[in-house]
Amino acid sequence: MSATTMARPAPAGVARAASGRRRRRLRLRGGTHYLVLVILALFAIGPLVALVFNAFKNNAEIGSNPLSPPTSFSLDNFTDAWTRGDFATTMRNSAIICAGSVLGTCLVAGMAAFALSHLRVPGGGAVVTYLFLGSALPVQLFLVPLFFLWTRLHLTDNLLGLIIIYWATDAPFATLLLRSFLLKIPKDFTEAARLDGASSFQIAWRVVLPLAWPGFLTVALIVALWSWNEFFWAITFIHTPTLRPVSTSFLAFQDQYSTDWGLTSAAAIFMLAPVVLLFLALQRKFVSGLTSGGIK
Amino acid sequence: MRQALLHNVIWFAVFLTVPGAMGLLGAYLLSQVRRFQMLFRAIYFIPYVVASVVNAAVWKMLLSPTSGIGHLLGIEQSWLGDPSTSLLSVNFVVDWHFWGFLAVIFLAAMQGVDPSLYDAAKVDGAGAWQQYRHITLPGIRPTMVFIVLMTVIWTLKAFDYIFIMTEGGPAGSSEVVATLMYKQAFNEYSAGYAAALGLSMTLVTAVILAVYQWMRKKGWEDA
Repeated sequence: MSATTMARPAPAGVARAASGRRRRRLRLRGGTHYLVLVILALFAIGPLVALVFNAFKNNAEIGSNPLSPPTSFSLDNFTDAWTRGDFATTMRNSAIICAGSVLGTCLVAGMAAFALSHLRVPGGGAVVTYLFLGSALPVQLFLVPLFFLWTRLHLTDNLLGLIIIYWATDAPFATLLLRSFLLKIPKDFTEAARLDGASSFQIAWRVVLPLAWPGFLTVALIVALWSWNEFFWAITFIHTPTLRPVSTSFLAFQDQYSTDWGLTSAAAIFMLAPVVLLFLALQRKFVSGLTSGGIK
Repeated sequence: MRQALLHNVIWFAVFLTVPGAMGLLGAYLLSQVRRFQMLFRAIYFIPYVVASVVNAAVWKMLLSPTSGIGHLLGIEQSWLGDPSTSLLSVNFVVDWHFWGFLAVIFLAAMQGVDPSLYDAAKVDGAGAWQQYRHITLPGIRPTMVFIVLMTVIWTLKAFDYIFIMTEGGPAGSSEVVATLMYKQAFNEYSAGYAAALGLSMTLVTAVILAVYQWMRKKGWEDA
């Protein structure tokens, strides 16, 4: 009797041990997965974290300890960099460029996307292929002709001149992305509005835009990010220091204070912080927009 | 010119394999875990949204022979200033900012693979590697082909990081077609030569895009 009662739990115990082993192995595999994921994460943002650390250190401390957290939190680098790099001016320039590029691109690309998704445009398919090509072409193709043209039109050293270039380079991508959003809006909606006597413009403004705003928000974020970070056109066309956007002025600042790592790190944070904060807040929109525009 | 083109070829080989392999690894691991998946994805993606001038500044600091990681480890190597390492050093920085973007793209592709295929493979007793080799990789093949083709175009366009970190130097050791073209246009004032280079780059891009469209029309199955 006692033998059977002793024996009875045994199979259950064996089963529990086996499933425990399997669970442990699973947890172990999960553990190595997480270990590698953490190593990759450190590789990805470790350098940026070091930059943040260094912005709070003086140069003696950076020289002896370039990677570790700061021992004291001094904001001297930030105040110094802000005035010496004239960030008040260049941040304002970049804000103007971002706003101008976003508004213009959304307007142009929005209308084009509406036409390509809800109106019967002859040759619409060819236009889509053309835009696909246009969004992938190397911008270097336009460098020489654009430089001569912009010099003639007095659009060099001019924020509007730069904004117009961004409209042209970003519109193909924006149109294709917005078109994919607008195609999801049922044709029944626009046709019902048309039966009620609405014009194409009214349909676009009253029916399509309210439904498609997530698409516009994605496009606005991506275009703002690109204009904020853009380097190639900015360095080609803006030479007056007070008209520079923050990207090229930061580079000039870094060349000037090339060995003052604390100062340049603080300046880099001015440029980095708005982007990273916005990215963390609206991560999904950024990722979905950029991966569909990854062609660029 | 030939030297710059050779540098583009080297750039392509490294730029395809290193971020590609890291992206595949990261995407696979991300697809296997549930908790913190979004957090890791965000972290990997951050360098991609940071401006090239900032990323370049970070790595100029970290690669500096007087205050960087090498200095900390006692290696007195001027990574960007030595002709034998300048090209690969800049390429490394570009790989670093880019692989997370690829990981997210590959992850999206992996999540699109039919889950019932994995269940069937498990029933047949396939291990993790076999599942990866025979289901995951073929499942994301269209994405991988797309990335390979795009890498050719991205390689031709490579400009920002090289121009910012080395300006093609020292002694042309990191010169590529795009930086050469820029110098021809603005330092040498040979606009015609620069325009011809730009047109050639576009021609290669057009061929790549035509191949892509052709493969897409033909269907990926027999690609």
